[in-house]
Amino acid sequence: MISDITLGQYFPAKSVLHRADPRMKICLTIFVIVLIFTSQNFFSLGLVVAGVAAAMVLSKIPIRLYLKSLKAILILVIFTSVLNIFYGTGEPLWQWGIFRVTLNGILNSIFVSVRIVILILTTSILTFTTSPTQLTDAIERLLRPLAKLHVPVHEFAMMMTIALRFVPTLLEETDKIMSAQKARGADMESGGLMQRIKALVPVLIPLFVSAFRRAYDLATAMESRCYHGGEGRTQMNILKLGQTDWLILGTVLLFFAGYLALNILFPPAIRL
Amino acid sequence: MAFIQTQQVRFTYDPNDVDAKEVLHGIDLEIEEGQFVALLGHNGCGKSTMAKLFNGMLLPTAGKVLVDGMDTSDESLQLQVRRQVGLVQQNPDNQLVAGVVEEDVAFGPENLGVPPQEIRRRVDAALKAVDMYEYREHAPHKLSGGQKQRVAIAGVIAMETKCIVLDEPTAMLDPRGRKEVMDTIQYLNREKGITIVLITHYMDEAVQAGRVVVMDEGEILMDGTPREVFSQVEVLKRHDLDVPQATELCYRLKAAGIPLPSLPLGEAECAAMFRRYLLGEIR
Repeated sequence: MISDITLGQYFPAKSVLHRADPRMKICLTIFVIVLIFTSQNFFSLGLVVAGVAAAMVLSKIPIRLYLKSLKAILILVIFTSVLNIFYGTGEPLWQWGIFRVTLNGILNSIFVSVRIVILILTTSILTFTTSPTQLTDAIERLLRPLAKLHVPVHEFAMMMTIALRFVPTLLEETDKIMSAQKARGADMESGGLMQRIKALVPVLIPLFVSAFRRAYDLATAMESRCYHGGEGRTQMNILKLGQTDWLILGTVLLFFAGYLALNILFPPAIRL
Repeated sequence: MAFIQTQQVRFTYDPNDVDAKEVLHGIDLEIEEGQFVALLGHNGCGKSTMAKLFNGMLLPTAGKVLVDGMDTSDESLQLQVRRQVGLVQQNPDNQLVAGVVEEDVAFGPENLGVPPQEIRRRVDAALKAVDMYEYREHAPHKLSGGQKQRVAIAGVIAMETKCIVLDEPTAMLDPRGRKEVMDTIQYLNREKGITIVLITHYMDEAVQAGRVVVMDEGEILMDGTPREVFSQVEVLKRHDLDVPQATELCYRLKAAGIPLPSLPLGEAECAAMFRRYLLGEIR
């Protein structure tokens, strides 16, 4: 059943990272991504790997979920590392026609693969430990200064909230319509690509019609409940930075100090 | 003065179109604070239009709708009107805004700019009033239809409205969900003194109200207590409207010559009357 798809990848658990302020988590995730890409050598990258691994353990999320998130990029990792092996410079270790493998190439390919893998793991930590609602909420608050420049931050956040709310509802509906069309003899599983796309039309049209009806009802419901845009609106849950958040920030900064030192002390391992 | 008052209300969906059919032809209706009114009628008789007129979602083409003395046509009073009169619609899926139950209930008070601690208090109170407190952290799409409707009702009472208008809230629910919603409505009316306007086409729901207003073709046909209205079986039948099953049964028995003293509204009353008849207490 398609309605079994979980929205986002949120995995509820009771960990420090789940409790942490989503704004802090978003900012630190961006910070770590920057570190991953500015890392110059294996030592500093290794420190980032250690830090990310520690966060994964702290998140109390089964390791197989992280591995699953890596599965999607497996091909990308293999592709880039193979490419990198042949693009190295220096003395060839092995040569066959135009294919030259050098020590530099091998190191390069390992470095790039590690980068991609921890990049995905870092973002997975964020999405696994933060519910979609918390994420939208945090993004709204982080972008609030932009509202002064007339960027419709509140409207975007509201759209996100509603979209997240209605994805399961519409999935359920798609399921129902598909069953209804199959019951009347629609064939959606066989035929070529074009044929299958054509078979989807009788599913999409009723789905759109009903989505418009829902939108109309929802607009009535929202207006009835005094919605009049973001102006003068308050919120029930106020995000507050607590002790845990400062502790996490402190730890990351400590790692950052070590990272800077390693980056400066050791020579760059690769040339890209 | 009555809490909700309609004065000679006429309504046309598209007033610029000469051929457009007028939906309401001059409705005069007064609803007092604390009343439980059931609004009955066929599909297309103007019931749902009435619901949207009560909180200013639609404005009358002619005439006036007054809520607590405020004219709904006055745009500056719009929010004031809507915080007094809440609306619950038919489809439970289409009126919940947020992905978490308690956040949805908080939506109304948040729009009103209520301070956070006060919102928290109201949300908890509202969820307890509809008996959905233990589901506060659930996602709405995982709830049953009756539960979703109760969350929608909680969303309205969290605004501390004095009146709730429910537009066929049970039409898409199973019997159990219908009972849950009806029990909640009864509780809110009796214990919290909230004015209820229930639009329905289920006769057994209308019987639970203190007052029944029957509409037909954009006009008010009958207005009175359930007993007064449902005793006029002939009038209702002439307009193709049903009566509660127990009433229908006794009406037919009477027509067949069995001397029953009155027409009952519910099953219990009906059974008690039969018992008395069979024991020979009624001659």
